[in-house]
Amino acid sequence: MSKLPPYATTGQRIWHYSFLVICGLIFFFLIFPIIVIVPLSFNAQPYFTFTPEMLALDPAGFSTEHYQKFFNDADWQRALWNSISIAPMATFLAVSLGTLAAVGLSQSHVPFRGTIMALLISPMIVPLIISATGMYFFYSQIGIQGTYWGVVLAHTVLGIPFVIITVTATLVGFDHSLTRAAANMGAGPVRTFFKIQMPLILPGVISGGLFAFITSFDEVVVTKFVGSASQTTLPWRMFTGLREQISPTILAVATILVGISIALLTVLELLRRRSERLRGITPS
Amino acid sequence: MALDSSQQAFVAFDRVQKSYDGEILVVKDLNLQIAKGEFVTMLGPSGSGKTTCLMMLAGFETATHGDILLDGKPINNIPPHKRGIGMVFQNYALFPHMTVGENLSFPLEVRNIGKSEREKMVMDALDMVQMGEFAGRRPAQLSGGQQQRIALARALVFRPELVLMDEPLGALDKQLREHMQFEIKHLHEKLGVTVVYVTHDQSEALTMSDRVAVFDDGRIQQLAPPDDLYERPENAFVAQFIGENNTLNATVTAINGDTVDVDIDGGMKGTALKVNCDGVGSRTTLSLRPERVRLDHSGVNRTEGKVLELIYLGDHIRCRMAVSGHDDFIVKVPNAGGDHKHLVVGETTQISWEAVDCRALDA
Repeated sequence: MSKLPPYATTGQRIWHYSFLVICGLIFFFLIFPIIVIVPLSFNAQPYFTFTPEMLALDPAGFSTEHYQKFFNDADWQRALWNSISIAPMATFLAVSLGTLAAVGLSQSHVPFRGTIMALLISPMIVPLIISATGMYFFYSQIGIQGTYWGVVLAHTVLGIPFVIITVTATLVGFDHSLTRAAANMGAGPVRTFFKIQMPLILPGVISGGLFAFITSFDEVVVTKFVGSASQTTLPWRMFTGLREQISPTILAVATILVGISIALLTVLELLRRRSERLRGITPS
Repeated sequence: MALDSSQQAFVAFDRVQKSYDGEILVVKDLNLQIAKGEFVTMLGPSGSGKTTCLMMLAGFETATHGDILLDGKPINNIPPHKRGIGMVFQNYALFPHMTVGENLSFPLEVRNIGKSEREKMVMDALDMVQMGEFAGRRPAQLSGGQQQRIALARALVFRPELVLMDEPLGALDKQLREHMQFEIKHLHEKLGVTVVYVTHDQSEALTMSDRVAVFDDGRIQQLAPPDDLYERPENAFVAQFIGENNTLNATVTAINGDTVDVDIDGGMKGTALKVNCDGVGSRTTLSLRPERVRLDHSGVNRTEGKVLELIYLGDHIRCRMAVSGHDDFIVKVPNAGGDHKHLVVGETTQISWEAVDCRALDA
């Protein structure tokens, strides 16, 4: 935390402390709703509320019952499996296509770069419900509505903008004389891409991939439109669960998802830093 | 090592033009023949088209008109990665994610050279630039001068016959730059490769080259060995660009064989060597090197100069004078003779020069 300089005026002091309070409030509103579900998910009662036993920290008030339910319920397991089979595929496609698009759009000779970029990023800007409705009608026409690949494709489209944005940001600092140097030494465009450009933009690709993965893993609206009952993903199942039976199993799942997200973020951030250091981008 | 007609040019630019926007020609009608093993420098101010020419040779730019030939074969339609030309880039362009050894190994891997052979070639190339111990380092851990050597080694490691260098010493300090000039020159002599070197630093060009092509305005203004370029410039641009030069504007009054009589603006009459001027009555620019002016009346062209400024530079004294209405006339007075002792700011002194040292060039 920054210290106030000795010459700060009273007004500056007041502002400094109110600034700290505002920041604290922002963090509180961001994090508290997520934190609060964690103890609730260990509730021994099938309710969404803190029981008097829990508040008294009585061990009898806590149980892992809802977790057991999640791992033993066929519906939940199918949803988990669906999510796990859809998200990585959608991420893979989004990363491949998004990276290629970003590399292409970084070349100055490509015409209508701005327009193409805007089009590719539009799924991020257009309200999801609009994209979802459009995709529903379009995918029905071409016969992939309600299929695994339909959902994967829809999630890919949603993930691509994240990849394009992060990779484009990395490419800004990319020295294009490196690709020239590689060509000059006899490497064709494909080898140059995989051996020279790709390793150097990898941190951006990883970040983009992470966002694409989370997008696919968390998505409900588009999945509900494009998918059918056999593509029920975890968030979809949670959404249904909330409407039909308010069971703390949802809280257990949510806690698990938060855990997975934190682990994923940490691992990938460490990976990204490691690769940045290895690639010599930040001189040690 | 200039080219004679019996020898086939190794690199040839044949009426090459280049325009980026379809209207303005960056390179206008370039013709240049480079012999095998020659060290040719393209020298010129920024925007003169010299780097564009190098990029066309490397294949990163395409010629709008004309042919570029390598070993007799046109290369306009050959992509850069199939030309087999080595290149040292201005910012070195070392791959930051690879070690020095991997950087040098890259062009060899591309050529499918076996591992043991590759390692030997990499070590040879590193030893050549005295960087043998640095194979395991990453470029970011090296100083600018060391990176420069690695870039040089990487351009030479696959033994190309032609190496291009795009202002490779631009980022180094003066001392290191001068040292590297000699190293590159010696490597060139030892390996016998053909080098095309681009720079805007004339001392670099004069130090290293067999021939220098002076570029301006998208054309080669003069292509000559360094001594010719300094002593026998063919036009006013080259005279002004290479070395220090006194410029006097004048009108031709008579032509006598190899020399011309001129009326120098400001009232002085003189005689100059006829190089590149039109007939009687036309305007001309006289070029006179500062060290060819004497502080007495022993030369053919005699006049008085008023001393405006004296600058002590150790080995010589630089004296700025007003001569015939030109007040930026420079005379270099050697420190050894004691000639400068009688120079006093504000006083006039005798000066003279020979007709052969004064070249009448284009206006």
